Amino acid sequence: MAVNNGEPGSAERQSGFTRRGFISAGATTATLPLIAGRALAGTPAQRAEAPDGDGKMNVTLRVNGQDQRLGLDSRTSLLDALRDHIGVTGTKKGCDHGQCGACTVLMDGKRVLSCMTLAVMAQGQDITTIEGLARPDGELHPMQQAFIDNDAFQCGYCTPGQILSAIGCVNEGHAGSDAEIREYMSGNLCRCAAYPNIVAAVQQAKTEMKEA
Amino acid sequence: MRPFVYERATSPEDAVRAARGKVTANLPPVQAPGQFIAGGTNMTDYMKLDVMRPEILVDVNGIDRNRYGRIEEFDGGIRFGHLVRMAEAEEHPAVKAKYPVIAQSLQLAASQQIRNMATLGGNVLQRTRCDYFREATWACNKREPGSGCSAMDGINRRHALLGTSDQCIASYPGDFAQALIALDALVETQGPKGNRKIRFADLHVEPGNTPNVETVLEPGELITFITVPSGAWTRRSMYLKIRDRQSYEFAVTSTAVALDLDGDTVRDVRIALGGVATRPWRSREAEDALKGKPLTPETASAAADAAFAGAKPRKYNAFKIPLGKETVIRALLETKNMEA
Repeated sequence: MAVNNGEPGSAERQSGFTRRGFISAGATTATLPLIAGRALAGTPAQRAEAPDGDGKMNVTLRVNGQDQRLGLDSRTSLLDALRDHIGVTGTKKGCDHGQCGACTVLMDGKRVLSCMTLAVMAQGQDITTIEGLARPDGELHPMQQAFIDNDAFQCGYCTPGQILSAIGCVNEGHAGSDAEIREYMSGNLCRCAAYPNIVAAVQQAKTEMKEA
Repeated sequence: MRPFVYERATSPEDAVRAARGKVTANLPPVQAPGQFIAGGTNMTDYMKLDVMRPEILVDVNGIDRNRYGRIEEFDGGIRFGHLVRMAEAEEHPAVKAKYPVIAQSLQLAASQQIRNMATLGGNVLQRTRCDYFREATWACNKREPGSGCSAMDGINRRHALLGTSDQCIASYPGDFAQALIALDALVETQGPKGNRKIRFADLHVEPGNTPNVETVLEPGELITFITVPSGAWTRRSMYLKIRDRQSYEFAVTSTAVALDLDGDTVRDVRIALGGVATRPWRSREAEDALKGKPLTPETASAAADAAFAGAKPRKYNAFKIPLGKETVIRALLETKNMEA
């Protein structure tokens, strides 16, 4: 999927019929009534911010600078909200249990795991995904360019999480040496083991991010 | 994940009121219908696994950060608000300089993403990584009291040898807690019955016949502050963690040491053991073996023997006794060489 200049989901929304759109439409139709029914059946007395009539909560997420108003089940993770409800699918689901780092995004500039964040708890914070890194003119973020320059991936599945985590690593000041980069990037697993090139990419981007 | 009602609390009072929820029979806090969530790194994991089943999930992140998200030094110690994130505490200049065992115990835990999320209050309450506890199809007395323990004769390589019972051998997984118990930390809580202070050493309990009871907290009781007194031993302190991989891994064995020396002689020493016990584990036996004696490889070895004298190994975890002893010895000798 092409970099879509910070407009979440724009590529798919404009393209009309897509494979992903077809699959998700089918899945949504099949599962939504079930989930809503269970939510209502298991729900105690109504409380502040309780789900409205259809078992959904009104949730506003600020993703890559744009407000997204969604109706979500309280159980929806930030990861699923991004991918399945907003349509920004650059953030990947790996383990869904906080063990692989593929779902890493920035929240108010800090790297966090979107699989372990409930979407409803992410309101009011600035969420940055891989789609929000490139400049409007298409120029890649120095970390994205560094991953390309250093061949810092093979299959690419962990790459969006690696890049967001690497940006966090540099901004925290934890990219001082190769050893420090390895330690502070240990939350992002790469099954292809592109680790040496990832370290090289972080070293390259570190300098460019300082100059920028 | 089971459905739940989400509530966002803006004060500890608010949180306690919301979590109390409907009145139920005498359930321990981990099984109460009302649960707190802060960083969510433990809670969402266990909710997805159907181990935690809250009906009301109370988000405590809306509580005043200026008060409950701060680290404050005072004359005689340091105080952490429960909403301080692990990464914030490990980077704090006073923590790094004056309480290295705390900074190291945090820095060597989890990944930076998780440390950016997880709060200190939640961290000390993280639940065991026992695979039979995590996978809900296995018998587990901690998850389903009375169902049995699959770990006892299962793959128990990661399990505890100290503080175990015939009901449960799940190990307490945390690192920070070992630093806290070594340094005589104090926990402040707010609950349905008001505020109280609990010695950190009294917060967690051994499994005994009720492995589902993990702490002395009551349902709806929220940790609000953690206070650590300073002493001659806090600067000369360290956390040594032995893992199956070098980073982003729980301890196989670990030791928190804080040392006060008069020349070579041990005036005071605090020793806690991670990865080997069912709860945060202070080894008074090891401390007593050292007090008043010169710290040498021989006395350190005797202290390590004392630390594991009561260990009860199972089929796959007996290796932790020699490994744990070596961890204690190395931690003691490295701490001795620190500049105090």
